[in-house]
Amino acid sequence: MTTLLCDHADEAVAGIEDGSTVLVGGFGMAGMPVDLIDALIRQGAKDLTVVSNNAGNGDTGLAALLAKGRVRKVICSFPRQADSWVFDDLYRTGRIELEVVPQGNLAERMRAAGAGIGAFFCPTGVGTLLTEGKETREIDGRTYVLEYPIKGDVALIGAHRADRMGNLVYRKTARNFGPVMATAATTVIAQVREIVETGAIDPETVVTPGIYVDRVVKEADRA
Amino acid sequence: MTTTRVMNEQGPLNKQDMAALVARDIPQGAFVNLGIGQPTLVADHLPADSGVVLHTENGMLNMGPAAKEGEVDPDLTNAGKIPVTEPAGASYFHHADSFAMMRGGHLDICVMGAFQVSATGDLANWHTGAPDAIPAVGGAMDLAIGAKKVFVMMTLFTKTGAPKLVPECTYPLTGLRCVDRIYTDLAVFDITPQGLRVTQTFGTTLDELAGRLDVPLLAAEA
Repeated sequence: MTTLLCDHADEAVAGIEDGSTVLVGGFGMAGMPVDLIDALIRQGAKDLTVVSNNAGNGDTGLAALLAKGRVRKVICSFPRQADSWVFDDLYRTGRIELEVVPQGNLAERMRAAGAGIGAFFCPTGVGTLLTEGKETREIDGRTYVLEYPIKGDVALIGAHRADRMGNLVYRKTARNFGPVMATAATTVIAQVREIVETGAIDPETVVTPGIYVDRVVKEADRA
Repeated sequence: MTTTRVMNEQGPLNKQDMAALVARDIPQGAFVNLGIGQPTLVADHLPADSGVVLHTENGMLNMGPAAKEGEVDPDLTNAGKIPVTEPAGASYFHHADSFAMMRGGHLDICVMGAFQVSATGDLANWHTGAPDAIPAVGGAMDLAIGAKKVFVMMTLFTKTGAPKLVPECTYPLTGLRCVDRIYTDLAVFDITPQGLRVTQTFGTTLDELAGRLDVPLLAAEA
């Protein structure tokens, strides 16, 4: 399916269903698709499982979605931060579920989902709380843990530039989870700073090919 | 190799001294990941001609120093979300590639802080296990098993005087038998197949340390 260019973030997030698993890009604010998260808040889907590196910062973006009570469960590597008060309060009062996943497993489990890999053996976390009860295997004298893919119904990602075919380029460390999440969800929605004519991005520099991208919206100008 | 500064080796080392000591032991041209917090100080002590390439797990190699006023770019941060800079020779990659670099054994050294390290090199640095603590692991477990050498930087005792170098970790583990060397304010320890070897002391002696720690210690090789 060709990529749909949306005029507004509300159009881009239309149809996200209650109970969806939503992959949310960004590492801190770098690459965070703030317009799409705000649109998802307006859209109203609830009972969501959010997969993201962190569990919201301050009171905006992901933290605002959490504060509205729309998220049932967070799967992330690093929820606790100096400014994660919204999540901290929900967690301490038992109003949100948390699955802590080592950061490399978070990325690789989504990569596996996007690449059609059924599961993989990984040495991270052997002998720790985070792999308790998981299947292990000795391979060439080293112990590995069986890890399963994380697939999203929806991915919300931030990129720098898109062309009209949905090819994406990122900027600096804001790339982070975007390219991986773009492969791992049924519907991939990208917020970008600019949309250029097809052909204006050098094909050698495309990071996420348009095949992965379902909807693109240009982010709102910020004062 | 260049020594960046002369430290006071007569007494306990402060954080900067420890960072200088770690920097001195990083070989020319090594690929290195410095953990969030105290290990980031190591970067300030690497000589300009060290050729050391810093990796940050959010997706960059040859990371530059923290951005000064006027250089801040919200798209360019380190793993601690501090704005950094882009020297010539830098590269960017996505998270799965960044962790493949770590887990695939491509980094020479990582330097991390710790709550506890066991005599056999088990590492505990992600979670206190306290009932009200919110667990957060980030990339610690991936680094612990992935880097060719794992260096720990920590004070040898807690503020209440409990040793952090212990027979068995009581805090939840980050990785098993993964630590190679421990830099502390009072001594440097190598974890070797023969046991825990004290290679340097600062304002204390092997005998004094042996009296304060509940782990067997070997003397430095002559």
